[in-house]
Amino acid sequence: MAGSTIDLTRRNRSRTLDRAIILLLAASAGIAIFVTLGIVLSLVGETWLFFKRVPVSEFLFGLNWSPQTAIRADQVGAEGSFGAIPLINGTLLISAIAMLVATPLGLASAVYLSEYASRRARDWIKPALEILAGIPTVVYGFFAALTVAPFIRMTGGQFGLEIASESALAAGIVMGIMIVPLISSLSDDVINAVPQSLRDASFGLGATKSETVRRVILPAALPGIAGSLLLATSRAIGETMIVVMAAGLAANLTLNPLQAVTTITAQIVALLTGDQEFDSAKTLSAFALGLLLFTITLLINIAAQWIVRRYREQYD
Amino acid sequence: MIDFSKSAGFDLAARHRAETRFRWVGRIAILISLGFLAWLLVTVFAGGIGTVRQVEIAVSVDLGADNVDPSDIRDASFGKLVKSGLRGMFPTVKKRKDKKKLYNLVSPEGAFELERRAIADPSILGEVRPVWLTASDDLSLFVRGKIDGALPEDQRPISDKEIAWIGQLEAAGQIRQVANWRFLTGGDSREPEIAGILAALVGSALSLGVCFLLSFPLGIMAATYLEEFAPENRLSDVIEVNINNLAAVPSIVFGLLGLSIFLGAMGLPRSSPLVGGMVLSLMTLPTIIIAARASLKSVPPSIKEAALALGATPVQAVFHHVFPVALPGMLTGAIVGMARALGDTAPLLMIGMVAFIVDVPKSILEPATALPVQIFLWADSPERAFAEKTSAAILVLLLFLIAMNLVAILMRRKLEQRF
Amino acid sequence: MSEPIIAARDVDVFYAEKQALFGVDLDIAAKQVTSLIGPSGCGKSTFLRAINRMNDLIPICRFSGSLKIDGQDVYDPAVDVVALRAQVGMVFQKPNPFPKSIRENVAYGLKIHKMTTSKSELDDRIETSLKSAGLWDEVADRLDEPGNGLSGGQQQRLCIARTIAVEPRVVLMDEPCSALDPIATAVIEELIDELRQDFTIVIVTHSMQQAARISQRTAFFHLGKLVEVGDTDAVFTNPREERTQNYITGRIG
Repeated sequence: MAGSTIDLTRRNRSRTLDRAIILLLAASAGIAIFVTLGIVLSLVGETWLFFKRVPVSEFLFGLNWSPQTAIRADQVGAEGSFGAIPLINGTLLISAIAMLVATPLGLASAVYLSEYASRRARDWIKPALEILAGIPTVVYGFFAALTVAPFIRMTGGQFGLEIASESALAAGIVMGIMIVPLISSLSDDVINAVPQSLRDASFGLGATKSETVRRVILPAALPGIAGSLLLATSRAIGETMIVVMAAGLAANLTLNPLQAVTTITAQIVALLTGDQEFDSAKTLSAFALGLLLFTITLLINIAAQWIVRRYREQYD
Repeated sequence: MIDFSKSAGFDLAARHRAETRFRWVGRIAILISLGFLAWLLVTVFAGGIGTVRQVEIAVSVDLGADNVDPSDIRDASFGKLVKSGLRGMFPTVKKRKDKKKLYNLVSPEGAFELERRAIADPSILGEVRPVWLTASDDLSLFVRGKIDGALPEDQRPISDKEIAWIGQLEAAGQIRQVANWRFLTGGDSREPEIAGILAALVGSALSLGVCFLLSFPLGIMAATYLEEFAPENRLSDVIEVNINNLAAVPSIVFGLLGLSIFLGAMGLPRSSPLVGGMVLSLMTLPTIIIAARASLKSVPPSIKEAALALGATPVQAVFHHVFPVALPGMLTGAIVGMARALGDTAPLLMIGMVAFIVDVPKSILEPATALPVQIFLWADSPERAFAEKTSAAILVLLLFLIAMNLVAILMRRKLEQRF
Repeated sequence: MSEPIIAARDVDVFYAEKQALFGVDLDIAAKQVTSLIGPSGCGKSTFLRAINRMNDLIPICRFSGSLKIDGQDVYDPAVDVVALRAQVGMVFQKPNPFPKSIRENVAYGLKIHKMTTSKSELDDRIETSLKSAGLWDEVADRLDEPGNGLSGGQQQRLCIARTIAVEPRVVLMDEPCSALDPIATAVIEELIDELRQDFTIVIVTHSMQQAARISQRTAFFHLGKLVEVGDTDAVFTNPREERTQNYITGRIG
């Protein structure tokens, strides 16, 4: 009798301890939600304060970005000085250049590595490409500003082109190279997921390897590749250091890659690393930009994940 | 009669040519990408490796009793002593503009160096003697071959007269190059020739330390819950989606969060490693969770099943049996996460780590800087010599990253041998 | 026996150091169904895949010996593998239609080999192939729907249509019915019986009953060696080798 009582007690104690531990673990997992909430709340909160001084319509549709003019404490958002369109334009222009560089390089590398390269070649080429992903963006920014931009400017000069020293082209190209390993490794996974039976069918009919890749494998992998391209685009849009160091702060509204533009991220850095008091319209506009950036990248990421999930269902 | 040769029709020749072209497209893409990488690494290396050496000038300084009072060394004006020493070495220099150029041969830090040496070793006082002082940044660059003397005078930062003086000094053996330890042991400076990265290194170390202490325990606890204990319900799905999304949020947004909540609402000290570490930990958390989950997933289920079959509770089974097996993998993931955090600049800029920090921070509450931020600040400086220092700092950063990744790879390889 | 179209002499196949086929000598007759039977791992699929050099896709696989189709050595260095496979087709164990429309599946071979010059010619050949595969009536009104949407048996017939669209001389089939239910199997067996009027068919099957039903010649493989080959009736009712007898009566395999 006494023995079984002690047994029960021991099991109960360990069960409550177990439950406490699991609760602690669950709380840790729940932190993820708290972080997201924190991001949303802080951004939304400061943005709301911002929109009390500057109308939403000016921010979202204004074509003029010059926050420096709104320095006086009593100045209510001067007409057109907080229009984010040039920033969105600059962000998209540089990201587009980056994706134009990275997509062919990344996809071609992925196809070559998964379908053509020998095991030995793959074993060292893949890690070498990963090094590109591991280099800090501040290093890319330095290289872009110090070496690539002058090189492009000089090369352009020889062809009679007037290229700015902080051109969107320079920043876009360097950003593109930085993204290549992302596209390459994501696409590589997607291509490898295409079943071997489809390759067998294609080769059995007498197709060459390039025909099999172009007509069977890539179309089959297309949703997955689209997802990875979206993720890469989101990465490009959110990139900060390369554009801060190589693209400058000229809020030009232009589609010309040879000119200088600025991006949302570069402006956030410029607004918050000067000297100003905390809740001036300038500082708050940085948070509004931050919310804009967060929203854009979040939407793209959700779309990417949805596409990839649809694709996975096709083959599971 | 069946024909399997190349002339069998089926448009073979054109298709095989297309195949060859396709293969080359792949090779060229890889070559371009790796070529760019090589270009970057070579440029940075060539640009920064010169920092290994520092140039010094021997200036004959009069440390006699009427210039320096041995009982009150600090009272002496060492700056004037250096200047008169230089004048003494080049007595023909008369014009005021030329004299300014002459004084610029020695770094502005030279006077302080002299003072420190006099205080440390008073035995050098009392006579005229040559003292090795750090050369100025332009002189340093020229002696080490980084400035092209062949360019027309108005296109270079160093004039013909200065080149002539340098020639004289070299001929007399009064210029030498020594190992530049100050780069690693000194803090930042306005003068590029004596700027060092120690403060930045310590700041980074402290920030990463805070980051690891916060994100690693939280991360592996969260991963353990999600992988071993979480029921298959909406809440778990929401958490998973959340983590995946957080992993893709631009790092600057975490900086804004830190600015608004840690600095603004919580009032923590600006540009401190504490806040820097907290922001970095938020960024690294999703990475660690994802890596830790992968590590837990790779543990053979037989281990957990065996423990349960012997009567262990689920918690005991996980913590006593699954966890130890997965732990090295989790550590590997954490190291990779730390390596990424080491290079991240944007969020640290947001929380104020852009100040000019000379002193090495002694606690996580003092203002500090970090290595990538130091690189960013130096990259912005107009002086030519800072370009070299920036490249050198980048080399140090890359070395740390290589070391951390090597550790992670070695750990992973040791692990893979187990199963 | 009609003129042999495929002649294998002293065929050895190795996977790295492991030998899978030992000195196989086999003649396959034209416009007939020859079945390759034997227990799992006996090398019959390996032999089949050696005929259209699908084994080339496996880097560690080595071939030695002579394998001639219509007098041409398949492994001659002058042979273009693309031309070979355009004329020797293969149907696989698990139906593997491309994730494309039914029309695009059948058109695939015709397009890559540039075998048609106009859209109407392409459509005609698609229709002919689908009819020959006995699938036309079921899909004629939904040619643009995905091939994956068909049932297992229909998908396999689609794969057969795709294979015969390029008008190969030989059609190799690697256990084409093993993933299908009995009704679909019966449909395909009937189809094979019609197809042998136009194509030489070599079929690997693990079902002796199937071999007995549809083939005129049967070859029995065991542990990488060709044990016995002959007219199907003879092999099944009066085998010469003891091992064949053991396999047929279920004592081995």
